[in-house]
Amino acid sequence: MELIFVNLIDGLVTGLLLFMLSAGLTLIFSMMGVLNFAHASFYMLGAYFGYQISLYTGFWGGLVLAPIIVGVAGAGVERYGLRRVHQYGHVPELIFTFGLALLIEEIVQFIWGKNQVSYGIPEVLQFTAFSIAGNSIPAYKVFMIFISVAIFLGLLYVLTRTRIGMIIQAALSYPKTVEALGHNVPLVFMGVFGAGTALAGVAGVIAGPVLGTFPGMAFVLGSIIFVTIVIGGLGSLWGALIASLLIGWITTFAKSYNLEMADLLTALGFEKPEPIWDSAWRDLWTVTSPQIADILPYMLMVLILIFRPRGLFGKRDV
Amino acid sequence: MRTSLRLGAATALTLLITASAAYAENIKIAYIDPLSGPFAATGTNGLHQYEFAAEKLVNEEGGVLGGMNFEIVAFDNKISPKESLIQLQVAIDQGIRYIVQGNSSGVANALTDAIEKHNRRNPDNRVLFLNYSAVDPALTNDKCNFWHFRFDAHADIKMDALTDVIAENEDIKKVYIIGQDYSFGKAVAAAAVSFLGEKRPDIEIVGNELHPIGKVKDFTPYARKVTASEADAVITGNWGADMLGLGKSIIENGFDGPIYTYYAAADGITAAFGESGKGTLKLVAEGGDNPPDKEKAQEYIRAFKEKYPDGNLSQSRITNVVEMLAQAINEAGTADDVVAVANKLEGMTFSDGLWSGELYMRPQDHQLIQDVHIYGHTDVEAPFDFDNSGYGLKIEDTITNASADIDTTCEMERP
Repeated sequence: MELIFVNLIDGLVTGLLLFMLSAGLTLIFSMMGVLNFAHASFYMLGAYFGYQISLYTGFWGGLVLAPIIVGVAGAGVERYGLRRVHQYGHVPELIFTFGLALLIEEIVQFIWGKNQVSYGIPEVLQFTAFSIAGNSIPAYKVFMIFISVAIFLGLLYVLTRTRIGMIIQAALSYPKTVEALGHNVPLVFMGVFGAGTALAGVAGVIAGPVLGTFPGMAFVLGSIIFVTIVIGGLGSLWGALIASLLIGWITTFAKSYNLEMADLLTALGFEKPEPIWDSAWRDLWTVTSPQIADILPYMLMVLILIFRPRGLFGKRDV
Repeated sequence: MRTSLRLGAATALTLLITASAAYAENIKIAYIDPLSGPFAATGTNGLHQYEFAAEKLVNEEGGVLGGMNFEIVAFDNKISPKESLIQLQVAIDQGIRYIVQGNSSGVANALTDAIEKHNRRNPDNRVLFLNYSAVDPALTNDKCNFWHFRFDAHADIKMDALTDVIAENEDIKKVYIIGQDYSFGKAVAAAAVSFLGEKRPDIEIVGNELHPIGKVKDFTPYARKVTASEADAVITGNWGADMLGLGKSIIENGFDGPIYTYYAAADGITAAFGESGKGTLKLVAEGGDNPPDKEKAQEYIRAFKEKYPDGNLSQSRITNVVEMLAQAINEAGTADDVVAVANKLEGMTFSDGLWSGELYMRPQDHQLIQDVHIYGHTDVEAPFDFDNSGYGLKIEDTITNASADIDTTCEMERP
């Protein structure tokens, strides 16, 4: 019973982290129509910049400076890269961001090497906040939850309550009209791209110390954030949040409880073939939930695409 | 036209002969391991250790056979068995007689088959396979052959040593086994279950599970299960990012019992664990203490760190390979007749290497029998630490001549 609370908290942490990545990606996609393959690479850059800066100023300096640098780099990529490629259509844009992802990975390996760098959590947060039935919840996780919730609320406020937010929302649906009204739409695009990558940078800075800072970290998260925005609905901030939390909880619970496929199949009235190791269905019968935990989000995405192609909160079909 | 062609051919031939004559002074050793891709860091670090060992321990000591030098020739196999076979052929075509390889038992299995075939078909240019790190027990059991020598303790020997230590610890009543979902992870789990059942039937295995290899982002749910199972100790064969992620999560979750590992050191892992791994992280391996007992080993490590400040001298078996090969060549009086060298190598006892303890190349299966240690992750002064972090490994327990009588199914055909 207590384990359920622990898993709820763990899933919340995973989900909120995913949200910080997918929030930026979903805004960028819905506004510019660009599937930014390099988005997770900006997350990795955030972690490495955070690490490098933390060597001089400590963790907190990295938390402030690294996302800014990543955001500026992102804005630069939009201004001098994507905008030029944009006129040739979507495929060159895709290829551009794909190439960028590979390039960033190589650059990171070139500068910081192929090994994991020792990016640790700050000393003030190295204690156990509280524990439930012997499972300790580190203070750093609580800190992660607060940062992500604060960012979500901030984003929500900017997008729905401020003038900039209204222009962004308008530019999402009617870029031509907004431009005709005298707003600088390319600047808005650049700003959104920069802010989106800066968010990924924040995620990198706070996730680097717990999930490890190594050249493969972008690849590990790369595909799951696309799944998140498809499930949540393209362009929807609420959708990104709900989908992230859903994925966080599904994977956490599937890994924590050893549910066996055999039990499920027996409950459904199938008979276990004996001997099992000779059966053609052996792999199906012996699957446990931790083994398939990481593909459950993909299965969810397939279901969403079949039954509700616009995603949970989306306004248009994928 | 024709004359000039002939002249050209003759010149080329002369050049070739002079070239090979100039190189005849060197005994070449082919190093076939990953030098690009995700495992490049491990491969490159190993190459540096070989080059340094050949230079310091052989060439600067006057070489072998009265003045011939060792030369390490690197071949990048991208950790693919297929690519390794191509590189093996290239090495053989260059006249190289000694092959060293270590990363991945999959590669080692492919190489040992190919080398056995090659040696059967080409008795004139046979080669020896010196395996310094691939620990699949099959290589010195069912798949053994006369040309393969293993310098690392294989997975079962390491598990035997590990479970000896666990068996002596009365505090351990429950053990959790977790590993990567592939052949090595499964082999470790199977060996742990069988050895523990034999030595301490009262120990309860409270968890035995595999996770996808290289795909887990966050190990927290696994760590929660370990705590929930009330395990006293954890055994894992994980390596690389999977080792670091799992270990960190388990420790962060408040687990303070021992975590017994195979590969939780160097390549950034020691630095990343830092203070948090102290008292918890254990590692089973061969080699010396830090700092090592012998003065010349300390000198050797200092010199290595001077040349490669970011490197780690993490595989002591590499110097064993170089030193034992040098001695075998000297005793055989030839480097070209690998059968003579192999005959000297098998059954060799070697105790004046860099590290303490006696090495014995068991003739039945060409498995090196040596002391196996259980190390603890703790403070170690530079330059004997890993990753320049101030942390490293110190010996906590030693199993002398570990598993010297372990069974082997090897039936070797000798030439």
